[in-house]
Amino acid sequence: MKHTLAILVENKPGVLTRVAGLFSRRGYNIESLAVGVTDNPEISRMTIVVSGDDHVLEQVSKQLNKLIDVIRVSDLAPDETIERELAFFKVKVDKGNRSEIMQIVDVFRAQIVDVGVKSLIVAVTGTDDKIEAIEQLLRNFGIIEEARTGMIAMNRGSKIVKQD
Amino acid sequence: MGKNTRMTGARALIESLYAEKVDVIFGYPGGVLLPIYDALFDADIKHILVRHEQAAAHAADGYARATGKVGVCLATSGPGATNLVTGIANAYMDSVPMVAITGQVPRSMLGNDAFQEADITGITLPITKHNYLVQDVEDLPRIIKEAFHIASTGRPGPVLVDIPKDVTTDELDFKYPDKVDLRGYKPTKAGHRQQIKRAAEAISKAKKPVLYVGGGIIISDASPELLELAETIQAPVTTTLLGKGAFPDTNPLCVGMPGMHGTKYANFAIQECDLLIAVGVRFDDRVTGKIDSFAPNAKIIHIDVDPAEISKNVRVDIPVVGNAKSILKLLVEFVKENLQGNVNTKEWNKKWGKWKKEYVLHYVPDNKLKPQYIIEQISDMYPDSIIVTEVGQNQMWAAQYFKFTKPRTFISSGGLGTMGYGFPAAMGAKMGQPDKIVFDIAGDGSFQMSSQELATVVQNEIPVIVAILNNGFLGMVRQWQELFFDRRYSHTCIDNSVDFVKLAEAYGALGLRVTKPDEVRPALKKAVDSGRPTVIDFVVDKEENVSPMVPAGAAINEILDLEVKA
Repeated sequence: MKHTLAILVENKPGVLTRVAGLFSRRGYNIESLAVGVTDNPEISRMTIVVSGDDHVLEQVSKQLNKLIDVIRVSDLAPDETIERELAFFKVKVDKGNRSEIMQIVDVFRAQIVDVGVKSLIVAVTGTDDKIEAIEQLLRNFGIIEEARTGMIAMNRGSKIVKQD
Repeated sequence: MGKNTRMTGARALIESLYAEKVDVIFGYPGGVLLPIYDALFDADIKHILVRHEQAAAHAADGYARATGKVGVCLATSGPGATNLVTGIANAYMDSVPMVAITGQVPRSMLGNDAFQEADITGITLPITKHNYLVQDVEDLPRIIKEAFHIASTGRPGPVLVDIPKDVTTDELDFKYPDKVDLRGYKPTKAGHRQQIKRAAEAISKAKKPVLYVGGGIIISDASPELLELAETIQAPVTTTLLGKGAFPDTNPLCVGMPGMHGTKYANFAIQECDLLIAVGVRFDDRVTGKIDSFAPNAKIIHIDVDPAEISKNVRVDIPVVGNAKSILKLLVEFVKENLQGNVNTKEWNKKWGKWKKEYVLHYVPDNKLKPQYIIEQISDMYPDSIIVTEVGQNQMWAAQYFKFTKPRTFISSGGLGTMGYGFPAAMGAKMGQPDKIVFDIAGDGSFQMSSQELATVVQNEIPVIVAILNNGFLGMVRQWQELFFDRRYSHTCIDNSVDFVKLAEAYGALGLRVTKPDEVRPALKKAVDSGRPTVIDFVVDKEENVSPMVPAGAAINEILDLEVKA
């Protein structure tokens, strides 16, 4: 079972190491990790997707909370959460298949952000299901390179992950 | 210090330590520490120069456990810092408040593989409660303040502060902060009232309760509250290794230690109880044995200051997070209200009381010198001593056969199981409690891991008594080899390697040797009366085993009396 954790941390050197180290040390698996600063420049927000049952998740949350630099840990409920990831795919192209790729891009509401003679870059935003779906289709043309940001997530509605 | 004063980082460190009322630090100088040691030269803080940095960490740990105050150790960059690592890990496992200060290469050289550079904040990440690399001298007072606060509050633990050399020579206007403000660190103190009520309900209804208590009682000074609860409900109390002294061994309700080398009656009581009241414990594998079979009939109440300990190893029915002392205080009130002077445990007390008589801890006294006999004599002659131990058989015999009656009188490496801990920790304990007689119950193996500290105790006139239970073996490992590896004593025999009397004398300490039972008491008296650091080499029965024993992986009621050797 996958869980998405929103974690507010002090925006200081070494905090990522503390958080990531805790996962590996206690045998928990990080599936995806994204970090960015918040509106308060002293605080960063991490989004970590972790797999495990409820017992594992409870332990992860408690251990994270023990880190002095961790301010808040929130387990985001899947059906009340917006989740997005950004991915770039550099795809091989030739004269014959350019339009076919562009059709797929349209269907997925993705974008072509770079066009070269032998390749182009597709940028797609979405849940990991959507990204995996377009990846599968683009694979037929040959993916030369791929970069993904990791998931970010936020509660729908007025519910927020508070800073204090 | 009311007004701001211009000073170096090194001086500011000393001023910060004054502000934290530090009276002793254990340390060892080195290149990058020169400015700090220069500031220490005429500082009003006692500095104990150890002979190996690991001993500085253990001594700070022993000091902290004996006093309840934060222990402080100091080491230079690189090897000095890495030598602290075992001591820091030890303090982390046993929740000991400690501040470890390390020197670091100048900021401009950080990350360059400079001479004596080690990434000590990286290395100690998993074994500290928190750590700091001081990047700016202006941050130093705040960081020291936070370090002491974090080390000593909530679940205590070690905090490391790494200070680059140029930070110690930079200047600042010193002002020590009045308070700390850490958004991410707000330890729970008072327990949830409703949860405490639920616990009180369960306790009041229980017919066969057992109190299973540990180091948390000692850390939070909750022994009076524990005693009141136990006597109110008339329930047996089992104290873990680190809980020794939390409840008097002499109290009729005491059933001794649980687990691998616990008493049979403590283990039987846990296995049969209908309510396990766990306070300040962490369901360690040495206590629970086979986890699926642990306390199979019991509802479990778990009171602990660390929420991460709740339901970590066993499923808990009623968790209460917070300080044991304040929770127990309220719990006793509620329970008294519920019970109105009645007690539901009369049948239960008959049952375990019978076990306690039937399965008393025993060994066969004979004309060979038995290690258990030595511990009994120390307990009888000097019952108010502080007993520090090494790790292995010596540790278990000390825990089994000394009658502990007060908190902070048993000091031992529980979680990490660090051989070589006892002697330097005894030194730290004696510095913290100079009026107490301090024994290090040692094995001949463990003692050799820290014996260089004889120089420290002699130079600084710290009269601790090392009682070596010398069996010529790494005894606990040998015991396992005897039981589970067909007596193939692979590399556990260390016989005839050292003359400990001569070793003591070479360092200027008193050395005594005891080979017969009737020499034990006179030798102990001689050691105590001498007022000198002393090593007593007790040449004991070589293959005596620690008994009883739960084999690894077995349920704790599958506890065996080992073959008695006369």
